[in-house]
Amino acid sequence: MTDLPAIAVTDLVKDYGDVRAVDGVGFAVAPGEVVGLLGGNGAGKTTTISMLLGLLLPTSGTIRVLGHDMTNAERFAVLPRMNFASPYVNLPYRLTVFQNLKVYGLLYGIRGIDNRIAELARDLDLEPYLKTPARKLSSGQKTRVTLAKALLNQPEVLLLDEPTASLDPDTGDFVRAYLETYARDSGCAILLASHNMQEVERLCRRIMIMKRGRIHAEGTPADLARRFGRDSLEQVFLDIARAPEEAAS
Amino acid sequence: MIGRLSAVAQSRFAGHRVGAIILRHLYVMRTSWPRMLEMAYWPTIQMLVWGFASQFFREHSTWVAQAAGVLIGAVLLWEVMFRANLGFALSFLEEMWARNLGQLYLTPLRPHEHVVALAIMSLIRTTLGLLPPSLIAIWLYAFNIYDLGLPLLAFFANLMVAGWCVGLFTAALVLRFGLGAESLAWVLIFGLAPISGIYYPIGILPEWVQSIAYSMPPAYVFEGMRAVMFDHTFRWDLFARAAALNAAYFSAVTAFFLYMVRVARVKGLFLNMGE
Repeated sequence: MTDLPAIAVTDLVKDYGDVRAVDGVGFAVAPGEVVGLLGGNGAGKTTTISMLLGLLLPTSGTIRVLGHDMTNAERFAVLPRMNFASPYVNLPYRLTVFQNLKVYGLLYGIRGIDNRIAELARDLDLEPYLKTPARKLSSGQKTRVTLAKALLNQPEVLLLDEPTASLDPDTGDFVRAYLETYARDSGCAILLASHNMQEVERLCRRIMIMKRGRIHAEGTPADLARRFGRDSLEQVFLDIARAPEEAAS
Repeated sequence: MIGRLSAVAQSRFAGHRVGAIILRHLYVMRTSWPRMLEMAYWPTIQMLVWGFASQFFREHSTWVAQAAGVLIGAVLLWEVMFRANLGFALSFLEEMWARNLGQLYLTPLRPHEHVVALAIMSLIRTTLGLLPPSLIAIWLYAFNIYDLGLPLLAFFANLMVAGWCVGLFTAALVLRFGLGAESLAWVLIFGLAPISGIYYPIGILPEWVQSIAYSMPPAYVFEGMRAVMFDHTFRWDLFARAAALNAAYFSAVTAFFLYMVRVARVKGLFLNMGE
């Protein structure tokens, strides 16, 4: 662990023409910290994560991941040390699970890739599906493969976009437990965007709630509940989502 | 934490990343017989049509009779360029169809490594696609294109690069405008056919069209092919002009592709790949 934040974002703005998708967002995530990013549809979560990944250039502001600027070619120095998982992003569907993981393992330059795949397949209960084409997997299996892809390079920074969406409770719990263990054992910084309040409360020490491109509230789940005079994070979320613009902040 | 990552994971160019993209496409190819069939199907049909036409013309045209097989050779060489373009563009489109491009570009893969991988895949696809028709030409028409010897390598190399230029240009347009532009992969290159002098000398074109034709590499290649077949001479000057033009076009198109990658990052196109 160092004092340098794993993720440091300041005054982040993203405009699409006249529409401001992200409006002056700033936050930091320390190594080993798991931070939740909540917000309704169109709040700016996915746009923020895309900029953190270097897939989207901000209109203004700075993004540093593990000390590297993600807006220019410096990002290639840190991309091998970070990863991303989302059930909404596809893997090549004609390739088997093993082939997908092998291709991504090579892209990340992982030595002993076959052993790493075997290790992840065992941990994520994917061994029976290694020879199955991705198109034949169930939602739960696909999510676990996506997670395996995201963990191939043992990332120091992991960005997750609704990692348990559309999973049954049992598989969702399995994935959450795995992420909890991984974060604790590896010291990985995790930014988790989710609509699942229980998941966020279970995994995250700190939560940021976005609305209309801004962070409207930030703190531990207990802090937020107390500040808004509510019993649960879900009620806080609904208060912010339903409040008029000026009252929410 | 990153003990498993090789030292070259952060390098400007890494063979393992290029290899990963090639492996990804080979995995798809070997499990998809329609893709394998498509590679050789059209070149074979083209060669059969022009082969029989050539046999007919041989008896009725003194020009073709001077160099039997000139039309078959032209067909096969045109297919090199066409397949090079298609092999390049299709490998790129595979990522779009699989909605996988965004995933690739958040790995350490650099855009220029992607271009190199697509070029190698194009070479593999073109070689696999043209081997059967070239062998059938020997069997059916006693025309062996490999008799051209080393000049064949020169023609092949120049036409491959010319095909890559068109394929990379198409990929850049698809990246910017989405899959609505994918038909360009098939049709764009046909715009070059009339001015490439595939089946006739550039000299028969109107003078103003000739100057356009000579601004493109294929014209020099097909003129060079006829020089070998009719005069038994390898024209180094034609080879050098084609190579120089290819170098210029490939540099320009690569810069255009890299610019489009940047535009995609500004507009968020990696997040919303599709039609």
